Amino acid sequence: MELAYGHPKSLKPIQTKYCPGCGHGVIHRLVAEVVDEMGLQERSIILNPVGCAIWADLYFDFDSVQPAHGRTPAAATGIKRMLPDHLVICYQGDGDLAAIGTAEAVHAANRGEKFTTIFVNNAIYGMTGGQMAPTTLVGQKATTAPYGRDPIEAGMGYPIRVCELLATLGGTKYLARGSVDTAVNVRKTKQYIKKAFEAQMRGEGFSMVEVLSPCPTNWQMSPPEAAEWVGQSMAAFYPLGEIKNTLEEAKR
Amino acid sequence: MAEDKRLMKGNEAIGEAAVRAGCRAYFGYPITPQNELTAYMAKNMLDKKRTFIQAESEVSAINMVYGAAATGARTMTSSSSPGLSLKQEGISYACGADLPLVIVNVQRSGPGLGGISPGQSDYFQSTRGGGHGDYYHLVLAPKSVQEAADLTYEAFDLADRWRMPVMILADGLIGQMMEGVVLPPARDLAALPRKPWAVGRQADSHRPINHVTSINLVPDELEAANRKRFARYDEIKQAEVRFEEVNTEKAELVFVAYGTSSRVCLGALEMAKKAGVELGLFRPISLWPFPEKRVAELAAKGKKFLAVEMSMGQMVEDVRLAANGKTEVGFYGRCGGNIPSEEEVFAEAMRLVGTKSGK
Ligand SMILES: Cc1ncc(C[n+]2csc(CCOP(=O)(O)OP(=O)(O)O)c2C)c(N)n1
Repeated sequence: MELAYGHPKSLKPIQTKYCPGCGHGVIHRLVAEVVDEMGLQERSIILNPVGCAIWADLYFDFDSVQPAHGRTPAAATGIKRMLPDHLVICYQGDGDLAAIGTAEAVHAANRGEKFTTIFVNNAIYGMTGGQMAPTTLVGQKATTAPYGRDPIEAGMGYPIRVCELLATLGGTKYLARGSVDTAVNVRKTKQYIKKAFEAQMRGEGFSMVEVLSPCPTNWQMSPPEAAEWVGQSMAAFYPLGEIKNTLEEAKR
Repeated sequence: MAEDKRLMKGNEAIGEAAVRAGCRAYFGYPITPQNELTAYMAKNMLDKKRTFIQAESEVSAINMVYGAAATGARTMTSSSSPGLSLKQEGISYACGADLPLVIVNVQRSGPGLGGISPGQSDYFQSTRGGGHGDYYHLVLAPKSVQEAADLTYEAFDLADRWRMPVMILADGLIGQMMEGVVLPPARDLAALPRKPWAVGRQADSHRPINHVTSINLVPDELEAANRKRFARYDEIKQAEVRFEEVNTEKAELVFVAYGTSSRVCLGALEMAKKAGVELGLFRPISLWPFPEKRVAELAAKGKKFLAVEMSMGQMVEDVRLAANGKTEVGFYGRCGGNIPSEEEVFAEAMRLVGTKSGK
């Protein structure tokens, strides 16, 4: 009988350290499933970023490189340029990508580096215990925005829509925003990841899948509440779908 | 084969030596006085279908090098002093992850933006592990265009052998001046050392997966990794100390100087000869590891030292540590982009020779 559902080979069969209800584990699984489906387990390299996903190298059953905070796209550039026939997965949180590493992300995207960024947007700094992130919503509380993110009076700025920001750059070919709050959105996110990985392997240019992802611990919510908040509050500000698709196949 | 001799700028000779050593990827960012090196790499890497990227910053450039080195490729970045400050984070990570790579610093004067004229004031930053954490890496200081090429070429081998970054610490004068240089033969890229720890190409051997990382949250494990690295540092101190001596046997006073400063001291040695005084020169080539044993031997023989630097006095601290109070250690420095003159250095040496030994 054909196996209809099993644990992906590219993901080790161990329990993760991620908190209950955290999105990282689901996103890891989607990445691993696509890697397996493409038969790339021995040709994939993941960059495990500074942030909660620094543990990714414990879970993915393929090679990994751990760079400095935010320098993930620069290191991914060096790797992909040396190994152009490999699948290079630049896994980043919102602090890593949109605060400390903004320059690296923008310029790697603009150069059209042929790797895929998996951008986990949980609107908070998870690893360091719930500080405000560049993607924290207006009014959302964080340890460093105890009265809620206040863009004007407290000068905390506005949440950054990274897909839309990168969409203006010539080097970006595929930018999609998914979510892991519902089964339907999980399935869609997997499709985006597959499209992005396939585009990468065809050498088409920079691809990124942003994933809206719950952080119940630092949002101080239960896992079901957190999933609901992703769908209602986050998705209202960060529209889901393919934000930019200039892949060859889309033009046909 | 006829020798391949050319007239080249130091910056260009460094670039050509890197290309010939098998550098497959170069990442840089413009800064004077090393711009010719970045431009040389653009021209001479791209035409060979090797990787050249003008990065968005020195921070990014060193992290591109980090990524390329993780795949086992020979790779290099270059900059000048302010850019090296930005690279320190990446160098710390590379040392923590035991990655071989080559870094060139064509020093200018500081602090801050300082000036674009030559300096030697990055000695502390270079030899003391300029970033965070416990680490060192090889630092080699050329005195000429020829030596800049030779040391760069060898730096790639040393980096691979010891699995660590190797820094070429030149200065604006070495980078900008033109001299004759005999170039080394180009390396066969297919014959470069294999790196079983590198990421990628797992499908070739079906080896277990590799991780390039510096993180370890288990204190005993991290301490063990650091101790293992320091045991390697001890081996390097045995194997890789390099220096040059001129007339140190006869000399009563020995200049200690590296790079451009050492050339000034050589001029002062000539002046001394004419004046009937014996002066010597001790020129460290490896700044880390510093040739402390030989300095201690000379100190034990009662030689006075005069450290000469284009700084307010940095290497002189290593000379004093090595001399360990056994002899007098003077210092003469110029900074701000100034180069000490032979006359100034000679006059200071004569003043010290005239004084009583501090033993
Ligand atoms: C240079 C530097 N600054 C700060 C930190 C501390 N730090 C570790 S993780 C992190 C935030 C990560 O947040 P994010 O990228 O959103 O990922 P998450 O943990 O939420 O998945 C910070 C600030 C660090 N490791 N290095």
